Amino acid sequence: MTLVAYVNGLGLLGPGLANWRDAAAVLSGKADYAPAPTVLPSPMQLPPAERRRTGRVVKLALAVACEATTSADVDPATLASVFTSSGGDGHNCHELCESLARQPREVSPTRFSNSVHNVAAGYWSIATGARGPSNVLCAFDASFGAGLLEAMTQVAVDGESLLLVAYDTEYPEPIHAKRPIPDAFGAALVLTPHRQRASLARIGLELCDGPADVLQDPRLERLRVSIPAARCLPLLRRLALNESGTTVLDYLDGPRLALKIEPCA
Amino acid sequence: MRPSRPPTNPILVRSCTASSCIGLGVTQTLESLLAGRSGLKACEFESVAIDTCVGEVPGVDGVALPGELAKFDCRNNRLAELALRQDGFLEDIERAARRWDPRRIGVFIGTSTSGILQTEIAYRHRDPVTGALPADFEYAGTHNSFSVADYLRHRLRLDGPAMVVSCACASSAKVFASAQRMLEAGLIDAALVGGVDSLCLTTLYGFHSLQLSSGLPCRPFDIARDGISIGEAAAFAWLERPPGNMDSDSILLLGVGESSDAHHMSAPHPEGLGARLAMQAALRAAGLDAGDIDYINLHGTATPSNDRSESQAVTAVFGATTPGSSTKGATGHTLGAAGALEAVVSAIAIRFGVMPGGVNTARVDPTLTAHYLRENRRVPVRRVLSNSFGFGGTNCSLIFGRPG
Repeated sequence: MTLVAYVNGLGLLGPGLANWRDAAAVLSGKADYAPAPTVLPSPMQLPPAERRRTGRVVKLALAVACEATTSADVDPATLASVFTSSGGDGHNCHELCESLARQPREVSPTRFSNSVHNVAAGYWSIATGARGPSNVLCAFDASFGAGLLEAMTQVAVDGESLLLVAYDTEYPEPIHAKRPIPDAFGAALVLTPHRQRASLARIGLELCDGPADVLQDPRLERLRVSIPAARCLPLLRRLALNESGTTVLDYLDGPRLALKIEPCA
Repeated sequence: MRPSRPPTNPILVRSCTASSCIGLGVTQTLESLLAGRSGLKACEFESVAIDTCVGEVPGVDGVALPGELAKFDCRNNRLAELALRQDGFLEDIERAARRWDPRRIGVFIGTSTSGILQTEIAYRHRDPVTGALPADFEYAGTHNSFSVADYLRHRLRLDGPAMVVSCACASSAKVFASAQRMLEAGLIDAALVGGVDSLCLTTLYGFHSLQLSSGLPCRPFDIARDGISIGEAAAFAWLERPPGNMDSDSILLLGVGESSDAHHMSAPHPEGLGARLAMQAALRAAGLDAGDIDYINLHGTATPSNDRSESQAVTAVFGATTPGSSTKGATGHTLGAAGALEAVVSAIAIRFGVMPGGVNTARVDPTLTAHYLRENRRVPVRRVLSNSFGFGGTNCSLIFGRPG
């Protein structure tokens, strides 16, 4: 069983990677990778009152989602979406746990509203007016694979275009010691069921058993294994190189995702 | 807005089970529904000091996970394990699973807070000097949202696609959509879907901070309703593509509809726009008209705003005659487990011919135009629509029914 989708647009933000164009240059070997702390822009799509309430995870997800839909030249309100993250907003979670460990226990209502795993999907829908289906997933280190599988299944079965957003941010201490994600990384893809003028590549996906591909550059490989959302990098490297080929992406400890990539240009 | 699609293919619900404060398993749940019994009681959970009622499942603390899965030990996974053991469900699905390649069986579970109670407790036991969490605190197996799906796939040795859907209170309705699509795509042959959410401080204090929880057992659609009662539950269903020679008393998932409000993080759209879109999409997917639905299991949280907006949406789609009720007066709002719990209630309604009347509701708010049932109706029920809506403006409607 092969699932097929076309990639129409990409967004990326991570340590030392300011956008997809910069990341593509690094992944294709045209530029050196210089790791640096991820810089998250303020989500200008949101009304000021909502913008003030957003944490790092929302800023990250909205930034890459916006870059992907802009580059695909698509109205984001028309897209279904799949958001996937291994842990949600770690700083918000830490603040809630601290306030629950104190007496008297006083929880901020905004922090509680923002503690839901679908916080970024909710703000994205508010920012863009997208009223279609939106799914929000977690599969720990397999979260990118789960998101891509869900997204491509939805594109294939429902026959509609979709925005996939994968993102992770760090926890502060003391949870950081138990879940040491070093920094924020997000990637977004606009996927469509049929080839369009904006289509960059065709992806075919099958489940397989083989080991996941690794990246040759040790710094990029460190990024791939240290932040779950960055497990997408072997796929994005193929797209950056704009060449046909296959790659195996990390997923669960059993199944992996075998991808066949064919550029459209 | 989007082109209308042909109906989706029905999916067989081969087996299902649910455990909540009104009963462990389907038989006890049915008995409580027939007796009009609520499981909500004044909150005595953990160290919680809030004047509220909760639907606590008895005996969760005493459940032991299999020894080799100790890293998953937390209230949420104990509740999952307790629910698996009811109704012969574990044996049923082990038998069903043997018929398929375990690599082609999916595990899709909804939860909102997973095992975060472990982290809340661990934060009270931080090292006084370094601030570190206790050495035995296990993040991946407990706190992380995926832990319940990961527990179940290890417990049942299922090696196919697996994930948690965490869309607040719509989480475990949406897992049915994911399973249906993967079955339709031919990626899998069967799926364990469900929802597991357990009591924790984050939700009890969080809903209290938003002034969305009631001091009394919650009263959906009542004129004096003043908020939710939080409950906990685990509910599961085993889904497969229907065989050619299906029994006429089979129960099918006929359609799923999903939508987003695009309105507010913690308040529903005032006219129930997203809810209406989800119900209409579910009817389209099932190839049914509004008149084909016999009973609606409402989201019915008992907050003033939810019930008002849901009633408007239901009236817009169904008019004011299709009977509906919320079972949250009995079970409490089980958050990420509500979709799956109420899917099992829908299956019970069909299998045993009962539309459960909503308990705790003394006087239905006359401004709510949807037809709200307060008394049980023992009538044949062929098709049920079940609503689940969540923070972030995420909506999901499921339709279950008999074949044909």
